[in-house]
Amino acid sequence: MRLPSPLSTFFQSATWRWVGRVLLKTAVIFVALNLLFAWAYPMEALGKLSLYNLVWPGRLRLPYGEDPAKDYNLSLYNVPAMFHSHTLMQDKAADEFRVLVIGDSATWGWFLQNKDALSGRLNAGGYRTEGGKRLIFYNLGYPVMSLTKDLMLLDEAMRYQPDLILWPVTLESFARSRQLDHPLLQNNPQRVRRLIAAYHLDLAPNDPRFVDPGFLQRSIVGQRRELANLMRLQSLGLAWGATGIDQDIHADIPLRKTDLEDDLSWKDLQKPVTLDEQILVFDVLAAGVTRAGDIPVLIVNEPMFISDGENSDIRYNSFYPRWAYDQYRTLLAARAQANGWDYLDLWDSIPPDQFTDTPVHLTPAGEQMLADILGPEVVQRAQ
Amino acid sequence: MGLGLETILVFVVFALLYAGLARGRARAWLLFGASVVAVYWLQPWLPIRYADFLLPTFTLTLTAGGWWLTRQPAEGRRWRLEPADWWALAALAGLILLMGMNRFLAPEWRLTPSRPPAPGLILAALAVTGVILAAVTPLLAGPKRWWTLTGGILVIVAIFVVLKTPALSQAAAAWWRSHTGQNPALASPSDLGWLGFSYVSFRIIHTLRDRQTGLLPDLGLQEYVAYVIFFPAFIAGPIDRAERFQKDWRALPGLRGLDAARLSEGGARILTGMFKKFVIADTLALGMSLTPDLAQQTHSALGLWALLYGYAFRLYFDFAGYTDIAIGVGLLLGVRLPENFKRPYLKTNITTFWQSWHVTLSDWARFYIFSPLSRSLLRRKPRPNPKLIVFLGLMATMLTIGLWHGIAWTFVIWGAWHGLGLFAHKMWSDRTRKWYRNLTKRPWQKRAWTLFAWFVTFQFVVLGWVWFLLPDPALAARTFLRLFGLGW
Repeated sequence: MRLPSPLSTFFQSATWRWVGRVLLKTAVIFVALNLLFAWAYPMEALGKLSLYNLVWPGRLRLPYGEDPAKDYNLSLYNVPAMFHSHTLMQDKAADEFRVLVIGDSATWGWFLQNKDALSGRLNAGGYRTEGGKRLIFYNLGYPVMSLTKDLMLLDEAMRYQPDLILWPVTLESFARSRQLDHPLLQNNPQRVRRLIAAYHLDLAPNDPRFVDPGFLQRSIVGQRRELANLMRLQSLGLAWGATGIDQDIHADIPLRKTDLEDDLSWKDLQKPVTLDEQILVFDVLAAGVTRAGDIPVLIVNEPMFISDGENSDIRYNSFYPRWAYDQYRTLLAARAQANGWDYLDLWDSIPPDQFTDTPVHLTPAGEQMLADILGPEVVQRAQ
Repeated sequence: MGLGLETILVFVVFALLYAGLARGRARAWLLFGASVVAVYWLQPWLPIRYADFLLPTFTLTLTAGGWWLTRQPAEGRRWRLEPADWWALAALAGLILLMGMNRFLAPEWRLTPSRPPAPGLILAALAVTGVILAAVTPLLAGPKRWWTLTGGILVIVAIFVVLKTPALSQAAAAWWRSHTGQNPALASPSDLGWLGFSYVSFRIIHTLRDRQTGLLPDLGLQEYVAYVIFFPAFIAGPIDRAERFQKDWRALPGLRGLDAARLSEGGARILTGMFKKFVIADTLALGMSLTPDLAQQTHSALGLWALLYGYAFRLYFDFAGYTDIAIGVGLLLGVRLPENFKRPYLKTNITTFWQSWHVTLSDWARFYIFSPLSRSLLRRKPRPNPKLIVFLGLMATMLTIGLWHGIAWTFVIWGAWHGLGLFAHKMWSDRTRKWYRNLTKRPWQKRAWTLFAWFVTFQFVVLGWVWFLLPDPALAARTFLRLFGLGW
């Protein structure tokens, strides 16, 4: 062993006693930091530390990505981190009328560039209020079909001075049995439980799928994946800022099925039944309107693909059998009228050829058609 | 199986057990055996049937061939082996056959990436190697030896060219597929993902060339094989020199097993390397460093510059991290591998950059390209212009380094970029030496100049990475122009 490097000069007088002391001190510091972290559990505070809107431009939709290396985006469960990466965090201009658009993947813009998603098309419309304020639409959609998820994001979004909430919904998001299916909800048990308690929602506060980290899981070691995700979200900001890409959009998008199965089932229901509050989460929708308080909420039954192919007399599309969807529309209209909700039913407003891979995802032209309908409706309410 | 966390953990556990338990000559045998096994264990799965077993086997037979060509037996004893070499040969063949026995294990228990071929095929491969080596043995005596060694070098270079030229490697893969009953139309260059060959080839060439020049010490088979395939440095270097490695190797029996100084230094190097690789480099890799896709998707020069800087740091931390890990594991085992990186991005001229970036590769190229070529040109009558000698020497050296990474136009341009940079710096420093010496009397000016020189050097290196990173020359040229606001 020859030629000592500076490092080997440093270590050359090391003894096992010295190594033991170093290892012991390191271990003590490591354990102490982990215990302190577990006690403070600052994940929400850490989520607010963001380079977005500071070094990188804010994202135009909430982070979601299945292949971060291609999407320049990733999915994570830290709600403050999601919001703090969004342009919504920028200061509200004096002449801004802030419209938050919440909803599912159709709102988020699956297989669509930001400019072609609903919020992008609405912003391109350059709408103004009668008083001259600019209508700025913020895409707060998230690719999960659950009204409880919408409510959780709306609850967080209410901190950021909205002037109006635009809330496209569809039957798929109403299934009570599927509300907590997604890890975004399961990994935010405190938020969901608080909403369940505050609005007396008929959801299980002790759903076994909720992830309640124990003391050790709250340590740095226990939270290492979440911490890594926070870092990854920040590092992906450069690629996002440089390219404006936050979704890898395939050249060949698979088309939704036109010829349908001879199948009457919807979710857990194998045959037609009478839909009611036990099956559909109208209580969650009501909670959203209540949470918005004085801020107007425009609920929209979002457009869907209506098939004319095989078995289209049984089903509208691969999502919905006719019996379920017809009942849902009737129920939603009735609830809206009974509760005084501002409601638009646009279920058949877009031609079938404007839908892409699922019955609710639109082409850019389809989004434009929807924006052309919704823009004036929002302007009318934005006074 | 690449050099991931799991592999490093296995390396470290092995190294600690070795340090604690192995004694005397058993140490060298253990490292020899572990290195042979690692050649198979680290090899990733390949789609051509048995390729991921046969290519590691070729690594070992080529290595044995390198030893056979370079050994220095006493006159008249060319066919006779020393007892230690017999043992090493038996151990090598035995381990290859033993790895072949993985064929009979369930997939989850195999140390090979897929099911090895039948023992008969492995024995045949070993027999063919023996026959080839026996056939060349008469050519190892007298003046013919120089040509035989040159032939050995050319064989390795030829394999290298095939592997590094996508069209040739694809053709070779198609040929191989046609002999395994697989569809040749599905052949791709990645079919021949021969792990470690770039480093193995340069080490063997070093020994063949040094035998020609008489610089190579006499190496036993065990230490020769261990030198070429020493497992900590097998995947990503550094490219040690045989005579340096031999000193550490021969000191292994007398090494203190549980030496606190050596083990703590090794541990610190491994941790440093892991931090560089898995924290810094891997974070930069995700959206913060330029890729071919990002080069096409980025819509501003500022964004391109930021991503290019990200790539520069990612490349450094990735490679320097691997080197730290290799050096650290080497230290645990009692072998001090040479340094490969010496703060290259802080250098203030391109010459010192190349003395601190991938040092062992640049040293290799200096020893075997620059120096012999310059000497040969100097001996020519009439002697060419000295500037021309320097120019040709630097260009040949840097083009070789470029082509070592892959035979493609972008690597040629990258090599030429640095060759020209080194030549320009040489001309500049020759002319400004006096002025620069005088700067020492003006410390502020010297500091300002040093800062400027660092900035220019760093930008030069970073701009060079455009050619290194992007596989398509047209895309690289477009990206290069876009960095300066042109061609948007």
